[in-house]
Amino acid sequence: MSKDSMKLHLKIWRQEGPNSSGKLVDYDLDNVSPDMSFLEMLDILNEELIKKGERPIEFEHDCREGICGSCSMVVNGIAHGPQKATAVCQLHMRHFNDGDTVYIEPWRAKAFPIVKDLVTDRSAFDRIMQAGGYVSVNTGGTPDANAIPIGKETADEAFDFATCIGCGACVAACPNSSASLFTGAKISQLALLPQGDPERKKRVRAMVEQMDAEGFGDCSNHAECEAVCPKGISIAAIARMRREYLKALF
Amino acid sequence: MSSEVKNSSTMSEKDKILDSKEPEGPLTDKWHSHLDKIKLVAPNNKRKYDIIVVGTGLAGASAAASLAELGYNVKSFCIHDTPRRAHSIAAQGGINAAKNYQNDGDTIYRLFYDTIKGGDFRSRESNTYRLAELSVNIIDQAVAQGVPFAREYGGLLANRSFGGVQVKRTFYARGQTGQQLLLGAYSALMRQVNTGKVEMFPRREMLELVVVDGKARGIVTRNLLTGEIEKHAGHAVVLATGGYGNTFYLSTNAKNSNVTAAWRCYKKGAYFGNPCYVQIHPTCIPQSGHYQSKLTLMSESLRNDGRVWVPKEKGDNRKPTDIPEEERDYYLERKYPSFGNLVPRDVASRNAKLVCDEGRGVGNTGKAVYLDFQTAIERDGIDTIRDKYGNLFEMYERITGEDPYKVPMRIYPAVHYTMGGLWVDYNLMSTIPGLHVLGEANFSDHGANRLGASALMQGLADGYFVIPYTLGDYLAQTELKPVENDHDAFREAANEAADKIDKLLNINGNKTVMEFHQELGAIMWDKVGMARTKEGLQEAIKEIKELKEEFWNNLKLTGEKNTFNKYLEFAGRVADFLELGELMAEDALHREESCGCHFRDEYQTEEGEALRNDDEFSYVAAWEYKGDDKKPELHKENLTFENVKLSQRSYK
Repeated sequence: MSKDSMKLHLKIWRQEGPNSSGKLVDYDLDNVSPDMSFLEMLDILNEELIKKGERPIEFEHDCREGICGSCSMVVNGIAHGPQKATAVCQLHMRHFNDGDTVYIEPWRAKAFPIVKDLVTDRSAFDRIMQAGGYVSVNTGGTPDANAIPIGKETADEAFDFATCIGCGACVAACPNSSASLFTGAKISQLALLPQGDPERKKRVRAMVEQMDAEGFGDCSNHAECEAVCPKGISIAAIARMRREYLKALF
Repeated sequence: MSSEVKNSSTMSEKDKILDSKEPEGPLTDKWHSHLDKIKLVAPNNKRKYDIIVVGTGLAGASAAASLAELGYNVKSFCIHDTPRRAHSIAAQGGINAAKNYQNDGDTIYRLFYDTIKGGDFRSRESNTYRLAELSVNIIDQAVAQGVPFAREYGGLLANRSFGGVQVKRTFYARGQTGQQLLLGAYSALMRQVNTGKVEMFPRREMLELVVVDGKARGIVTRNLLTGEIEKHAGHAVVLATGGYGNTFYLSTNAKNSNVTAAWRCYKKGAYFGNPCYVQIHPTCIPQSGHYQSKLTLMSESLRNDGRVWVPKEKGDNRKPTDIPEEERDYYLERKYPSFGNLVPRDVASRNAKLVCDEGRGVGNTGKAVYLDFQTAIERDGIDTIRDKYGNLFEMYERITGEDPYKVPMRIYPAVHYTMGGLWVDYNLMSTIPGLHVLGEANFSDHGANRLGASALMQGLADGYFVIPYTLGDYLAQTELKPVENDHDAFREAANEAADKIDKLLNINGNKTVMEFHQELGAIMWDKVGMARTKEGLQEAIKEIKELKEEFWNNLKLTGEKNTFNKYLEFAGRVADFLELGELMAEDALHREESCGCHFRDEYQTEEGEALRNDDEFSYVAAWEYKGDDKKPELHKENLTFENVKLSQRSYK
């Protein structure tokens, strides 16, 4: 582990509110340790800003373990930054060099309006889930958990789709701002499992229609979403969603 | 509706014994006989009730969804932008259930006994037994929702072991069990939002509880986007707002996890139970620098295959791979041959601290021990290990830059979970009628130490299978007159919340929220952490008081109140942590024994294990707020054990 400390030139998107215009603002930051996380680097900058009486940079963060899906920023043009399969909270400064210029911007998509600085409104994802991202079972009266065997390969594949953290990087990276990977992942998880089978047609139609209604674009197979997904979810989810959708129409 | 509600305010001064209201009869029949007698709300009457549920973790989301399915009107609140981000999502290892799918002799009684023993005989028998009973239903529920638990090739569910236990009863979804269970509960919640039975209020922070005629009738929230102070009325309040581990600043809790909602309830009359019971988890990634904002847990499941060791000699700073087998001390296997690396969390944490205090710790700081997978990789092959722990190993490498397939992990204990919380009776109701508390926010089931994979179990048992019945029982037998949110009590509570925000913004001092929080954390870790002494605790109380004084005179905040302002949120929470920190130290000071995670240096066996004092301390300490400058008053719930024999825990 290196004990070196780095100096960085930061260009960070600042925007007062949803209806204000924003701009990139320059900040120089010294004493960045390679062992710091990216968000800890922003914490340190915010401490300096507060001490100077300035307004700190707003960004979403919570678990800082790459699982809650709160953190959401585009670093040097890449959603969640340069490290593959890593949410920005898990990105560490050892992946940067002394003297680097780092651009930090919010997700940009029509369906994710900017709230402030790097914070966006991702409630459209909840509404897609409300449309059908569930199995309609009430609490109680469910059969024994081992009543329906599910092969390990199938369970593992369903799990891979279920790991989505709802961060929205897929939308931010997509040239069309499509939510197909997010929506397809949930549809695929439930389509693979026997529990999801009874409602599969209704589910895929409702979720796809909601996705469109929210103003997300269509998928045109760029696969940028898979490239930035912190959980490495495959675009096979989108192919499956399309098959499910077509089957649901007839 | 009848009005045969028991009046708890008639308790005399000398009679400070709390009534748990646990049902009569043998342990195994209590819950079912309770259900036989419980009052019900008729289906077409349920829609007349508005229920406020605060928090959308496992307990809150499962409660909100289940209550809405029954027909209640539910208002669900969370501090995140979406309910799916609650901190339950970060639980890694698994969830216990006494299914006995492995045919290894598990029973409900055994899960109950392990939990009571793991908690060092400081939990309520009846609650713990009910938890073990309900555990089996949770797995059925989750599978029906489409939760993709790990399975065997034949298609049946897989299990693994966790600490403090000799059977395999832990269900898991790789290292993301909390995420999968939470998304299950979240999907049930989203379904109810879609039906219109749940109204969702995201980005809201509860700042006050509103009590009318002695009953919880609503809450005051701050809209975290607009800063607006909002008033919400209902017939009952269900609090599921998690634990208070962030009092220590550095913990495995998420940055937004806080005690504010629970603390405001305490200040409105809800007793706080066992605040000093804080679990310090043995396997976390060690701190790397002063800038550290939080600590990351490495699941306890790793101790199934990982071996914990330090060098035998002090100051041995060779690379771990250069230290030969005979110069390593696998101290858990040496001291506890029958449980080995799978001793309970409190025992594992304390032993890690002991070897580091001896000067045998590893890494740059000397505050770490090794967790080594070499033996397991040689035995089972790298693919098997990757299949079980791949995502955890990747997480470790992302944070530390080291590859645990090649060099052992470095781990150190960190604050992880709080067993203490608002005191509740068997029905999960606090000392304020109509205020029910679920999950980590209550004090109930884990005694002085929680076993691994039991937090998910408790959160979901409370939310899916307890509160839907016990809340109905309360509503059916309580006369509740109509209360709107323009009632005086709402106005007062809203003014109180607004004043506090103005006060915080107008201090204009020199120190940031983070600096105050770090200072509080340092006091807590040093003096109210893994090893506590009378002198240390007294010092802590004094230092926290001084820090609190300084906070209200020297805090520096920028930005405004009527907009998104994260540091303003943090400031309000740190103000509450400062008050709670003092109560935690008071509680730890008064409990002159060691039990589970509460370890007082003065009270230990010759072998250095926790030495309980059952004659004097076999009770739940429930603290009543008496005013900002007054000492809180201690109430006791005596713990009686009719079904287990109290013994010195032994994992040897």
